[in-house]
Amino acid sequence: MPNMSMTKVPMREQEPNVRNKNFEEVALGYTEDMAVEEASRCLNCKHKPCMDGCPVNVPIPGFIEAVCARDFDKAYEIITSENALPAICGRVCPQENQCEGKCVRGIKGEPVSIGRLERFVADYHMAKGDTSVPEITKNGHKVAVVGSGPSGITCAGELAKKGYDVTIFEALHKAGGVLSYGIPEFRLPKSLVAKELENVTRLGVDIETNVVVGRSLTVDDLFERGYEAIFLGTGAGLPNFLRIPGENLLGVYSANEFLTRVNLMKAYKKGEAPTPIKVGKKVAVVGAGNVAMDAARTAKRLGAEEVYIVYRRGEEEIPARAEEVHHAKEEGILFYLLNNPIKILGDDNGYVSGMEIVKQELGEPDASGRRRPQPIEGSNYVLDVETVVIAIGQSPNPLIRQTTEGLETQKWGGIIVNEETEETTREHVYAGGDAVTGAATVILAMGAGKKAARAIDASFQE
Amino acid sequence: MYKILKKEVLNSAVILMEVEAPYVAFRCEPGQFIIARIGDEGERIPLTIADFDREKNTITIVFQALGYSTKEMAKLEVGDSFLDFVGPLGSPAPFKKEWKRIIGVAGGVGSAPLYCQLKALAESGVSCDVIIGGRSAEFVILADLFAKFCDHVYIMTDDGTLGDKGVVTKKLEELIQAGEKYDHVITIGPLIMMKFVVQMTKQYDIPTSVSLNPIMIDGTGMCGGCRVTVGGETKFACVDGPDFDGFAVDFDECMKRQSFFKEEEHECNLRMAQ
Repeated sequence: MPNMSMTKVPMREQEPNVRNKNFEEVALGYTEDMAVEEASRCLNCKHKPCMDGCPVNVPIPGFIEAVCARDFDKAYEIITSENALPAICGRVCPQENQCEGKCVRGIKGEPVSIGRLERFVADYHMAKGDTSVPEITKNGHKVAVVGSGPSGITCAGELAKKGYDVTIFEALHKAGGVLSYGIPEFRLPKSLVAKELENVTRLGVDIETNVVVGRSLTVDDLFERGYEAIFLGTGAGLPNFLRIPGENLLGVYSANEFLTRVNLMKAYKKGEAPTPIKVGKKVAVVGAGNVAMDAARTAKRLGAEEVYIVYRRGEEEIPARAEEVHHAKEEGILFYLLNNPIKILGDDNGYVSGMEIVKQELGEPDASGRRRPQPIEGSNYVLDVETVVIAIGQSPNPLIRQTTEGLETQKWGGIIVNEETEETTREHVYAGGDAVTGAATVILAMGAGKKAARAIDASFQE
Repeated sequence: MYKILKKEVLNSAVILMEVEAPYVAFRCEPGQFIIARIGDEGERIPLTIADFDREKNTITIVFQALGYSTKEMAKLEVGDSFLDFVGPLGSPAPFKKEWKRIIGVAGGVGSAPLYCQLKALAESGVSCDVIIGGRSAEFVILADLFAKFCDHVYIMTDDGTLGDKGVVTKKLEELIQAGEKYDHVITIGPLIMMKFVVQMTKQYDIPTSVSLNPIMIDGTGMCGGCRVTVGGETKFACVDGPDFDGFAVDFDECMKRQSFFKEEEHECNLRMAQ
């Protein structure tokens, strides 16, 4: 008999007013008993709607059944048959729009907390320190993967399991892509990213850091060096700016720069890491996606007294995960919605002294069905801030498309692929993740990496 | 990897190192830069390439031990290795085929990246002159190397301990007024020096390129910290540069942005002294 509680078993969390001063993980996860209790809310539906919502097709009811039976090892096996990075997905997937969004229990009450259960199973397995390596028969084919973010690692892992000799080329000094430089420690501990990466290298995947494909080596150089297929998982590395006056003033950061200083370069460890970060007492973060929430919550933890999310649309349009918005509000981040920045003001020395904002109201629905925000005349005011973080999205980095003949891209820079196979317009070159879609989610990138791995494997079977 | 094969102390503040870096040496061109890192949580330090040897797979860098990280770097010896050494980054210097005669103007460590550019130009048949400036004789570097392929090497020092006394722009103006004709000027050095060089060459209408080295993190276009206004447009020095048309660069903005972390740098240096 399933547990008919209408609500999810709550997950333990650090208190908002404690955690907004430290960089430790916010959510503390389920205990075994909590996991079993939550798992027993699953109805084990025959038609498995949750799986349709999962971009990598994790057999969700199956793993939850194993949790119910306290067979956590089996649950892990079931998840990892389809998902190589469960500890990460359990933490950063927008479950409300995916698996949990389709859960039958969600029709009346809250859906089963699939994300928390996935996280529990992954953490349980990790804590056991299992380092067993599956037996792999090498097939003698060499594949290069460019970029070690979610799509690259997934593609590399899948191919390695099938016997391919895979090398990942990473431009930065550290592997992980956005998992390392972008998502903050308090949401995704870096020690955990390192462990998930170890799981991939244990399969025999070689990661070469400090190689910028497009500069150090071109795609053609890789073919010349014996790689027979190439997967481009180069992400969306190019920060977008607002193109309003004052964006080059001192104290204006792209979210990429702000988060990279803190996450990759460890600037939050003041006095230990030499890379600096400077945060004013009042900080405005422009945008309302996951990256904006990460930047705002990071600013608060770095000591900012007031942090504002400044967003030109309304509450319903906020693109961030519901949990991030909830956490941000709990931590004291102030939401200035329907507020559109039009100018950043500076003092005589070039430092940010404020931001001019015009208030907006929602007008008629536009082509996308969303009500279009329009400025309210005469509503301009100046928000007193010393730091501005621009978090309005990223575009694909142009380095590879500029140096690879025959690789076609969209006008905005996304690499064009066959959606079934992730094949680009250049033979034997595949691409996936943000480099193709523009900034999206970890799980969609993983789905693309997996699809590409399957297509690459198929191409060698022909 | 990234082993130091040669180290030369050029003066009390400036050090030259030749580093094994096959991925950088394979495709690098004059004008491009590398990012080096020492220590597990070390800073990413961008340095313009001073020379390269494709056969030996090496890159030469010249740096001033000024801040915490560069001072730590200066302690490395032959046989030691960098933890990270990535490149080539940035776009190659935009040389033009129609250049017949050019002059380089360097200040301080700017001589090193300028050397890389002039050497390549001289090898392709362009006749080159160079003006090297420094506070005093000690700070004039690489003059003997320039002499190998430059028609004239002019030296300027603030105190007159070597060459003529005065700033580089003084010599440049003398040459121009004496009727020397140059198709192009390449100037690399402190921002304030490049600003003054450009102010002068503008008057004489001699196209001038400058090499910028702003604050940056990744060097691949990801952080946008190296924003610079060129001709009214925002450019990223790490991918669009580091070389730009000097006439179009907003130097005052560059200088302000360069100073953003001054306090933090100072604190960091104090901590190290303890």
